[in-house]
Amino acid sequence: MKRKLLTALVAACMVMGMVGCSTNGGGGKEASSNSTGSITVGFSQVGAESDWRTANSSSMKETFSEANGYELIFDDAQQKQENQIAAIRNFIQQEVDYIVLAPVTETGWDTVLQEAKDAAIPVIIVDRMVNVSDDSLFTAWVGSNFELEGKKAAAWLDEYLKAAGRDSEDIGIVDIQGTIGASAQIGRTAGLEAAVDSHSNWTLLAAETGEFTQAKGQEVMESMLKQYGDDIDIVYCENDNEAFGAVDAIEAAGKTVGPDGDILVMSFDSTNAGLTDVLNGKIICNTECNPLHGPRVEEIIKKLEAGETPDKLQYVDEEIFAGVDSVKSITVDGTESSVTYVTEDVIAKRAY
Amino acid sequence: MEKIKTKNKLGSNTFLLMITIVLFAVMYIAGMIIFNDSGFAKPQMFLNLFISNAGLIVIACGMTIVMITGGIDISVGSVTALVCMSAAYAMEEKGMSAWAAVGISLIIGILFGMVQGYLVTYLEIQPFIVTLAGMFFGRGLTAVISTNMIAVKNELFLKWANYKIYLPFGTVNKKGVFIPAYIYPTVIIALVVVVAVTIMLKYSKFGRKLYAIGGNQQSAIMMGLNVKRTKMQAYVLNGFLAGLGGFLFCLNSCAGFVEQAKGLEMDAISSAVIGGTLLSGGVGTVVGTLFGVLIKGTISSLITTQGTLSSWWVRITLSALLCFFIVLQALIASTKKKNQVK
Repeated sequence: MKRKLLTALVAACMVMGMVGCSTNGGGGKEASSNSTGSITVGFSQVGAESDWRTANSSSMKETFSEANGYELIFDDAQQKQENQIAAIRNFIQQEVDYIVLAPVTETGWDTVLQEAKDAAIPVIIVDRMVNVSDDSLFTAWVGSNFELEGKKAAAWLDEYLKAAGRDSEDIGIVDIQGTIGASAQIGRTAGLEAAVDSHSNWTLLAAETGEFTQAKGQEVMESMLKQYGDDIDIVYCENDNEAFGAVDAIEAAGKTVGPDGDILVMSFDSTNAGLTDVLNGKIICNTECNPLHGPRVEEIIKKLEAGETPDKLQYVDEEIFAGVDSVKSITVDGTESSVTYVTEDVIAKRAY
Repeated sequence: MEKIKTKNKLGSNTFLLMITIVLFAVMYIAGMIIFNDSGFAKPQMFLNLFISNAGLIVIACGMTIVMITGGIDISVGSVTALVCMSAAYAMEEKGMSAWAAVGISLIIGILFGMVQGYLVTYLEIQPFIVTLAGMFFGRGLTAVISTNMIAVKNELFLKWANYKIYLPFGTVNKKGVFIPAYIYPTVIIALVVVVAVTIMLKYSKFGRKLYAIGGNQQSAIMMGLNVKRTKMQAYVLNGFLAGLGGFLFCLNSCAGFVEQAKGLEMDAISSAVIGGTLLSGGVGTVVGTLFGVLIKGTISSLITTQGTLSSWWVRITLSALLCFFIVLQALIASTKKKNQVK
């Protein structure tokens, strides 16, 4: 019996300890925010799986700082949709003023967004799009046009091959896809597939998911090299982390990358590390996916606060970076955009 | 001797259960006090624990049954993904009705239970290995059905998923509007399962057999119990609950895709352990497991509400709790041994 009492006591102490921790962390802040009447924003982030995501999170944290008159409640969903659904329910009960959601998946948001709508809390979607039956479930969306990114990358490749005099050669392409079902994966894959269809000499040898991670990208590249070996001319990685993994795998297999090497690696996102690899000649072309959503979301919130209606869909501007200067500009859907040749200066300006 | 033993076992059942409930109550009340101004004290916050975890509650009940027999099932996360995918695929790609999707879900669960149960009981393979294979198979099959993310748009299904049952109480929000508290039908199903399994474990012959087998398989055989058949039934029942829980999970997420419910089996196991189920078998209640799930939910909502802590603290706190409960179980086991020697 004594022992039982003792263990019960230990349990109680542990709980108290935990409660103590959370008091120190939250209590003081809560009180101050309520008295100043700042705007509370609940942000449910996918996770911290890539440099891009980390840059996206810090952009939000910087924009919605206390100094700017906001209180940000940040939740990392650890890549799980069910965690995000639970977090949004939590935000609703906390009566936040705005919910910002960077969804893990495109689908499955009808129920919980309806709950937010019932509670009259505007929801702003960032990055990936949500696929809901009723568009009024969210107020606005901020993000990238992923298909345009894919088309830009493919257009660059086309121009590059022409400039290198390889436009009549047979080109074997492998696609290391992002997490299946993510907008970035769907758009970028679609952009590539459209280009492959319109070029009779381009062949898409394989497409497999690298889940946007370096480890998985390397694994997939290894198996593709075993299967297709010398047939691979282009590796189309759907983010920088996958490209790092792919480059490692290619070099480990005794092949070379770059304009004079065996294989050209293309990538997306253009993080600082990604552009450094462009400068080093490991990645030939890197299409930007701008993660600095914070200011744009703030713009929307300011409009809503002023009683205006913001545009429903807001695309961020995105550039294309290359490690060779043979292509100066590309034209996609009738719009010409210039290609940035990567130098030390470009990388120095890259904060993420 | 026999009498003392059962008494002692029931004793450890209730003791572990008490600790879990007290822990939950202390945690939740502390949360209500600290985060009162962030809505933690609202009834809806409490109900959300059930709404968001309805599927997990049902799955963890099945897990508890298997763990009482001394087994384990780590395939339930994959089964959930497979159920969600199959249900979504059947409704969206094949145009089947929502009722057919329910049937498919339950059949998948029962089939998994039957095959795994057969391998564990009749071929006497380690349950961990069998269900590990089941876990890979389930996830693989999910990807074979479709690697796309399928959103469920079936009308009847969405009606079930969005059917709010309003309760006679609620809160007034800061704009002064009264908002009634609500639950979804999934919550009722989950609670019915908890009650049904509790009654079954406590009062039915089958339930008592489960405890006897988990307590000491050898003496259960000598007592003349049909151990193999009972174990097989336990696995089939667990499979059925995994199928049902998977469907409830699908009602919450309204989608099917490969990555769904990854690691759910670990959530189910940890909830059962926190709820007082012994990994070695013979001890455990589903009410405890329910509280185990609620504790997990409370930790994550505390951390979300706090707003600045990394959500990975949920895992760290859970691991500390698991450690605590395992040590506690070891202590109980050693006391039990001492009593037996006496």
